[in-house]
Amino acid sequence: MNYIPTPPTGGGCRTAPVLKERGQREVFCGLTGIIWLHRKMQDAFFLVVGSRTCAHLLQSAAGVMIFAEPRFATAILEEGDLAGLKDAQDELDMQVERLLARRPDIKQLFLVGSCPSEVIKLDLAKAAERQSQKHGPNVRVLNYSGSGIETTFTEGEDACLACMVPVLPQTDKRQLIVVGALPDVVEDQMLELLNGLGIDNVRCLPTRTAADELSVGPNTVFALTQPFLGETHAALLRRHARHLPAPFPYGEEGTTAWLAAIAKEFDVDAETFARVTDAPRARARAAVSQASEALQGKSVFFMPDSQMEIPLARFLARECGMLPIEVGMPYIHDAIHGPDLDLLPAGPQISEGQDVDKQLDRARAARPDLTVCGLGLANPLEAEGLTTKWAIELVFTPVHFYEQAGDLAGLFSRPVRRRNILGLEAAE
Amino acid sequence: MKLSVWTYEGPPHVGAMRVATGMKGLHYVLHAPQGDTYADLLFTMIERRNHRPPVSYTTFQARDLGADTSHLFKDACRDAIERFKPEAIIVGASCTAELIQDDPGGLAETMGFDIPVIALELPSYQRKENFGCDETFFQIVRHLAKPMERTKRITCNLIGPTALGFRHRDDIEELTGLLSEMGIDVNVCAPMNSTPTDIARMGAAHFNVLMYPETAEAAARWCETNLDQPYTKVVPIGVGATRDFIAEVAAITGRPALIDETRLRQPWYAASVDSTYLTGKRVFIFGDGTHVKAAARIARDEMGFEVVGIGCFNREMARDIRATAKEYGVEALITDDYLEVEEAIEKLQPEMILGTQMERHIGKRLGIPCAVISAPVHVQDFPARYSPQMGFEGANVMFDTWVHPLVMGLEEHLLHMFRDDFEFHDDAGPSHHGAQATARVEQVEAVQTVTSDNVIWLADAEKELRKIPFFVRGKARRNTESFAAEKGLNEISKDTLYEAKAHFAR
Repeated sequence: MNYIPTPPTGGGCRTAPVLKERGQREVFCGLTGIIWLHRKMQDAFFLVVGSRTCAHLLQSAAGVMIFAEPRFATAILEEGDLAGLKDAQDELDMQVERLLARRPDIKQLFLVGSCPSEVIKLDLAKAAERQSQKHGPNVRVLNYSGSGIETTFTEGEDACLACMVPVLPQTDKRQLIVVGALPDVVEDQMLELLNGLGIDNVRCLPTRTAADELSVGPNTVFALTQPFLGETHAALLRRHARHLPAPFPYGEEGTTAWLAAIAKEFDVDAETFARVTDAPRARARAAVSQASEALQGKSVFFMPDSQMEIPLARFLARECGMLPIEVGMPYIHDAIHGPDLDLLPAGPQISEGQDVDKQLDRARAARPDLTVCGLGLANPLEAEGLTTKWAIELVFTPVHFYEQAGDLAGLFSRPVRRRNILGLEAAE
Repeated sequence: MKLSVWTYEGPPHVGAMRVATGMKGLHYVLHAPQGDTYADLLFTMIERRNHRPPVSYTTFQARDLGADTSHLFKDACRDAIERFKPEAIIVGASCTAELIQDDPGGLAETMGFDIPVIALELPSYQRKENFGCDETFFQIVRHLAKPMERTKRITCNLIGPTALGFRHRDDIEELTGLLSEMGIDVNVCAPMNSTPTDIARMGAAHFNVLMYPETAEAAARWCETNLDQPYTKVVPIGVGATRDFIAEVAAITGRPALIDETRLRQPWYAASVDSTYLTGKRVFIFGDGTHVKAAARIARDEMGFEVVGIGCFNREMARDIRATAKEYGVEALITDDYLEVEEAIEKLQPEMILGTQMERHIGKRLGIPCAVISAPVHVQDFPARYSPQMGFEGANVMFDTWVHPLVMGLEEHLLHMFRDDFEFHDDAGPSHHGAQATARVEQVEAVQTVTSDNVIWLADAEKELRKIPFFVRGKARRNTESFAAEKGLNEISKDTLYEAKAHFAR
């Protein structure tokens, strides 16, 4: 099976000059990933070792507080921990002890580093090792950093998944690992598609529970479902697994190209591929065309946020008829974003990093029909008369694969439609 | 190290942001790592502000730490002043920047700006959000306000309201109206809506109205000493407190304490027979010290509730709340640990909680109605309508807000009478909260249970207990258990239940 989407006539963006900026970055830190990761891994607990700011961020980013007792918490560093009056490692052991006594259902504990814990060089790897010995095999303790000085928003998920790779058992069996936290319903749809193509040995990272076995080795190939998994990509390569580069599975075309890259690797014939994908492709195309009516011919400006910007711009440009003006990314990783850059029609300014005030000046000058940005910027821009889509919803909503393609287009078209429906001028 | 699930207060630099965002013409340059910009969304999303908070973050990253982070800070100061042209800047560090010790205050002062530069020292690992507000406002006032000639008319400053405050927007309007009726103008309202220039002319007022001790007490004290301005000690939340406040202002100013009370409906609403059912409702009160203290007085004296527990999350108010608790014959709970609050509520089994958004969650879990009286705030705490807590309209608003979560008077009777009705059963909850109404699920057979004190509820007593409507069941269970304990019984039968009922009859 060899399916390659038609490249844009004027060439893609892979070799386009990138505007690199350094300045104030209006982004979340990697701790934010805990909000969705703790729902995905149902027997995992995330213990942030940090400050009151970290606790406040988690609470605020969760938007509304989650009703049940959450499976995340912050061990807040206090004056005594910093002044060396108390041994921070002992203190941490004590907190973990209390936590595990209170929550016997926890099978995986992630000690999550933060800006202050990194700056004072609190060795969480050592702590995780010690606690694993103490509480294992019942509870596995791992550590990663979600600090703002090292991770930008979705890179928190990347760091979390990457920290699980080195401890995976070795295997020589031929298998596919699909990497990236997806909502269960979407993951099931994907597994069904792959199963239909006759690819049986498919595993997911992260697994839903600690008991689900996962191993890795030289006969493992892997595909990414999220464009922000650079570290995990590198960690898997170090375990001699091979990456299947592909556009990301957003929209009908992205999903088909993603599946085709896997189908090619597993020698799936064209007939089988068509039998499995034709119907959902047609459905996705119909749904997208309906949901994207309001988007045709409209311009879009992406502020850097989740690293989903390039694949999303590709989807909006090719399947929804939008005209990207600027596509901002926190980081660009050629091995991961290259296939999408190839397909994104030339024209938009690709930018990496951020100097938020300068970027806002560009957005104001361009007056895009839709600006994709973070929560801190959305209402202020709306008040200036720009229509916005807050980016975090793209991370929290099921948007992958065929059956969600229409929903994905809908996320962008709703703000545009809304502005048209409201009869009164929005508040000045 | 302290384990925290949810927090009542943010870090102190968020308090400084609340002051800066409430003001105009002031800019905050914050030395902080990437990610701390999350705090912007508190203002743009929760409060629906139509502008970004006036804050420039240095957003340093790991790669900057090896080199020189102080130039990042200096660049940010320069850029902010050039771009936003503020009348004054405040500078400081967030928790991580505090550790790298770049001394933002010292750096900014050496840069030779021609506008006031106010350095903030906010110890992130010791103090919290309210301290951050109080200290920041105090520093701004201390740097900018000067003694000056008083205004001819009697004027006051309203001090304390900030961005992201619990109903601060509407409290300002209510108090401004009330004072105007007494012939008193507002000279400056700060921090909310003021500019640094306004702060400089605070000294022209005859006295200060300290609206929220949490955010402006240090400034009020400084003005008393240095500007010779007395400040009000009564916070006018509730009917009684508002009348006391009017008397206090009259005493300070010599103005007659004559206020038109025709729009005050709360006392009649509380006295009207429909409110009889509110009598003796057991309430637990938790929030910031100021709102808790006011709510306790309203609950007991103006609603006819029984206060069964009070507490606050801000240690700065601990002494006040302990004194109040003593007056009400209850124990004060001073904690910022959400789990401790939950435990206290579970133990006391109140019929209603007057709390924060956190207690609303606790109430939801335990099936206890809750009305929100205090920060921490949520998008729901910024209603589109006028909804003050202070003054006479505040008293009216609170009557409505507190009654809303409860099952209403007549409905309560009907539930007692028809408690076996398949739709109108007690698990359906108050009928005006539509979403909860579900058809009754046939109950499982009642079996004997054992309490934590090893008292056995026999099956027939357990069954009888279930016939009691949900909104009084907790009280009945608790009363019966304490009755059994008092009598030294280790089993509770149906008779024990009714003996306890008779014992506690009122």
